Amino acid sequence: MTDKALPTTARVLEMHRMMCTIREFDEQAGQALDSGLARGSVHQYVGEEAIATGVCANLAATDYIASYHRGHGHSIAKGVDPVGMAKELLGRTGGVCGGKGGSMHIADFSRGMLGANGVVPDGVSLAVGAAQAVKLLRQDRIVAAFFGDGALNRGPLFEALNWARVYQLPLLFICEDNLYSATQRTGAVTAGPGGVARAQSFDIVTETVDGNDVLAVDAAAARLTARIRDGGGPAYLYATTYRWYGHLAFDKGLYRDPAEVKSWRERDCIARIEAWLIGRGVDKAALAATREAVKRAIDAAYEAARAAPFPDKHHAFTDVQDIGGPAWA
Amino acid sequence: MGVMTYAEAARLSLEQEMDRDPRVWALGEDLGPEGGVAGQYRGLQQKFGPERILDTPISESMIMGSAVGAAICGTRPVVELRYADFGFCAADEIVNQAAKIRYMLGGQVRAPLVIRQSVGMRNGMAAQHSQNNEALWVHVPGLVVIAPGTPADTHGLLKAAIRCDDPVVFLEHKELWATSGEVDPQAGPLPIGVARLVRPGADATLVTWSSTLGRALEAADALAQSGISLEVVDLRTLWPWDRDTVFASVRKTGRLVVAHESVRVGGFGAELVAEVAQTMFPALKAAPVRVASPRAPVPYAKPLEDMCRVSADMIAAAVREMLPADPSGPLAGT
Repeated sequence: MTDKALPTTARVLEMHRMMCTIREFDEQAGQALDSGLARGSVHQYVGEEAIATGVCANLAATDYIASYHRGHGHSIAKGVDPVGMAKELLGRTGGVCGGKGGSMHIADFSRGMLGANGVVPDGVSLAVGAAQAVKLLRQDRIVAAFFGDGALNRGPLFEALNWARVYQLPLLFICEDNLYSATQRTGAVTAGPGGVARAQSFDIVTETVDGNDVLAVDAAAARLTARIRDGGGPAYLYATTYRWYGHLAFDKGLYRDPAEVKSWRERDCIARIEAWLIGRGVDKAALAATREAVKRAIDAAYEAARAAPFPDKHHAFTDVQDIGGPAWA
Repeated sequence: MGVMTYAEAARLSLEQEMDRDPRVWALGEDLGPEGGVAGQYRGLQQKFGPERILDTPISESMIMGSAVGAAICGTRPVVELRYADFGFCAADEIVNQAAKIRYMLGGQVRAPLVIRQSVGMRNGMAAQHSQNNEALWVHVPGLVVIAPGTPADTHGLLKAAIRCDDPVVFLEHKELWATSGEVDPQAGPLPIGVARLVRPGADATLVTWSSTLGRALEAADALAQSGISLEVVDLRTLWPWDRDTVFASVRKTGRLVVAHESVRVGGFGAELVAEVAQTMFPALKAAPVRVASPRAPVPYAKPLEDMCRVSADMIAAAVREMLPADPSGPLAGT
């Protein structure tokens, strides 16, 4: 916090509430998978909440984001309703995608959330196109593309960086480096000086932040988004972080050194911001009350999801295509 | 009416759609300076500017991926993939994103885009520039697949593809670019999913599409010399294909031959034959036949390349073979 005024307590309290909401949602997402209520792949964002929160605090409702398989946090931070998300996770009516996408395809266009994605790094590719559309239609929007360090060795990411810079698109790339590509340590399979250099080699402006420090993420995102809104072309935020759990909710993460996990848990983004707020004079009890209120809201979201009916079977064959859909075949 | 080439008809069609709808734009390699591999974009960048006719790097993943992103955010991109063989470089974005995004997202959004790929053998382009990949795209739920065989159909069907809210794979045959035909420049879009009965006949039905149409008509001429009457149906749209026209024709003739340039094994002809056999087996007077390429890459040398081509002679021979042999006349006793 050197180049602008410190954020107001109200803003930080809001970010604290957001991080608590994301964490509670994903803790319960893991439980939903364990209990068999959720199916397939559930990638929890626990430990990384500061990045989605700090970036999205600098986006307008009309801005777009695109995400990846670990996408719940980005959705919530962009304003997607946790009730609709919980219903989607449980494959129920009223889910944001009608129960047809599940965790890896949560999207809500009414909130500018263009979707999580099951293929690395295709959310970035879609974000490039969204930014191209914004430019073609002369709209007053920017686009943010979240991706993990696992994307750093995929060709389409290089194509996206090149493309965004060539056409000077209003696009913020956000690399969330949690050190692991699924179960593989990314550093062991990555040549060169790493995730920031990837973008720098395309002459894209970059910033590196501690992704577990929401104030640092907020400040960097504020600088980069302002630059993009001013027509400065794409920018790249590189945020280091760590996921508390495995790649997937059922992955126990045994390939990681317990000391490493412990050291990162000690850098918990929520505990850190709570300490900061207490230093600002916020009452401990007020923070506990926030956590309690968030838990009640997320409990209610999952309760509503459990109570919601499964989609009518005919929806298996709706929205395939207008011409020549399954009813035709 | 006027006479124009397949490439000119395609160019005119895109120009008219871009005039009509400011959300339509095109992107791909070599569209501006070169005007496309066959001149099918000639002059359009000068008219519409470099943003709406976007020259891209050689980045098939991003050409396709960004088109999907732009399509779900309010524009209608026309993607030029230059050669169908390069479509494989963008297969993830076509199959996993364009085709499924509407479905996966519960119908929140559509991806109205056209994926243009030039297909087929032409003058020794060899194994990586000669493929016909229509069967792959037909196999993917969410995609519409169109393969026009004449300038007029290219003109009308490209318009329909651009106005379609589903992603459309639009397969243009390299051998057809320079061929000419009558086109009404004022004509509107042609309906997707409607075949064209090109030549009525009584003894057998030949279903084909794209450049094989020309060979089918040559075969029909040759067969007519021997008193055999071949009905020729140009499918034009492969998905969804026009069952009514095909079924009505086969009901009438009782015999089906499908001819296509792509590999016979697992080809789209197999689907047509299976559907016809399942639907109207009792109406068939002979086992349906496919005339198509052997399961081999396309070779370079002319005599080798010709081994992979479906010729008019092969089509005619297949038709003769399914008719009863009788010295008193080709159709005696049927």
